Amino acid sequence: MEKNTFELKSGLAQMLKGGVIMDVMNVEQAKIAENSGAVAVMALERIPSLIREQGGVSRMTDPKLLKEIKKAVSIPVMAKVRIGHFVEAQILEALDIDFIDESEVLTMADEQFHVMKDDFKLPFVCGARNLGEALRRIEEGAAMIRTKGEAGTGNIVEAVRHLRQIQSEVHDLSTRNLSSKAKEYRVSKEIISWVLKNKRLPVVTFVAGGIATPADAAMMMQMGAEGVFVGSGIFASSNPEVRAKAIVQATMNYDKPEILAKVSENLGSAMSGQEINELAVKFAEREAA
Amino acid sequence: MKKVGILALQGSFAEHAKILEQLSQKYIFVRSKQDLENITHLIIPGGESTTLEKLLWEFDMWGHLKNKKLNIFGTCAGAILCQKLGLDIEIERNAYGAQQASFIAELDSKIFKKLQGVFIRAPKFKVQNKKIKILAHYKQAPVLVQQNNFLVASFHPELRKDTRVHAFFLTLNSD
Repeated sequence: MEKNTFELKSGLAQMLKGGVIMDVMNVEQAKIAENSGAVAVMALERIPSLIREQGGVSRMTDPKLLKEIKKAVSIPVMAKVRIGHFVEAQILEALDIDFIDESEVLTMADEQFHVMKDDFKLPFVCGARNLGEALRRIEEGAAMIRTKGEAGTGNIVEAVRHLRQIQSEVHDLSTRNLSSKAKEYRVSKEIISWVLKNKRLPVVTFVAGGIATPADAAMMMQMGAEGVFVGSGIFASSNPEVRAKAIVQATMNYDKPEILAKVSENLGSAMSGQEINELAVKFAEREAA
Repeated sequence: MKKVGILALQGSFAEHAKILEQLSQKYIFVRSKQDLENITHLIIPGGESTTLEKLLWEFDMWGHLKNKKLNIFGTCAGAILCQKLGLDIEIERNAYGAQQASFIAELDSKIFKKLQGVFIRAPKFKVQNKKIKILAHYKQAPVLVQQNNFLVASFHPELRKDTRVHAFFLTLNSD
């Protein structure tokens, strides 16, 4: 019998495809997310917009909250660790949650190394701004990639940039530049050849960072995302329950404008949002060397 | 005439499609009530069953599925939906536990020799109805069962290259 293999880790990511993963801060929100049709919840103490507002070091969530949320819902539970904080990852593994996000939304723990994700039994998702960053994370063992975007801004411009960047760099690979790209991206030639041959990342690729409306989710899906993370977009809005449902519907009906029009109606106000050039901290720039 | 659809709202529908392609079987992706009109066989993929069920209700497809008596192949989450659509078995969701309990193992089966099952946060089936055919076991527990128009697996045949279970599904009531 095989356990904790890469096939099983990426298999769980495959089951999440086409779905919406929602940030939640308590049991009540986790239940709202599940009832709205989320495929998984990301449990954390502060959604990214609050982290921006309040500042300070942000860390892994209190295990007590994780246990409560795990008990309250039947969908997979994810939680975040700081970049490079392998002990936070060990703790999450001991808590037997389903998926770990090594996340730039939290304060970095190590500026030199990311967590060696292959050493863990649980699957990891990691953020990326471009192809090189995505492939470095995958070679460390990530079973799923998401764009970084700019979390907590309600502004999708960065998520769009990152997805386009990954796609254009995949497109630009050729047999002629294979070796130089492997060197430039600091990854193996094998993984580059795989991407060249299959014209995609080797793992399921979601978008994250700034998604706030059904239209945002649908746009990312039309652009080729395989699913959507919504962080602050739901629980920083005026009517989370209605908005959560609408974003799920929009993600599944991403190519049907009539349905998108219907589900976009009367959602109350979206989170207020921020311009990227006015941000004090850019989460997306956080990557260990 | 046999016409095959794959429910493509959420989950591993692309993986099922790949297997049908290997079998040279044409298919459509089912994403609305209208798509259900013209098919005889439907695959309900792995995914999140709570999510899939809600979407089927919201897209007004549930009633259709219940009345239309399609041949349905449900894998993992899809199996849970088949039970809700009338398959007479009991299902315990996430019966093995969270992700760390997920596993791959060889199954006991007379028809599918050396079949490997990929179990991800898998459910467990309990079969009491004697008319239900158990096609594969793992550690005495039924993992692949068939009753009339339903075929369900608690594992994910769509994640492997083995096409035998899909080929079997395509033979159900397909004259």
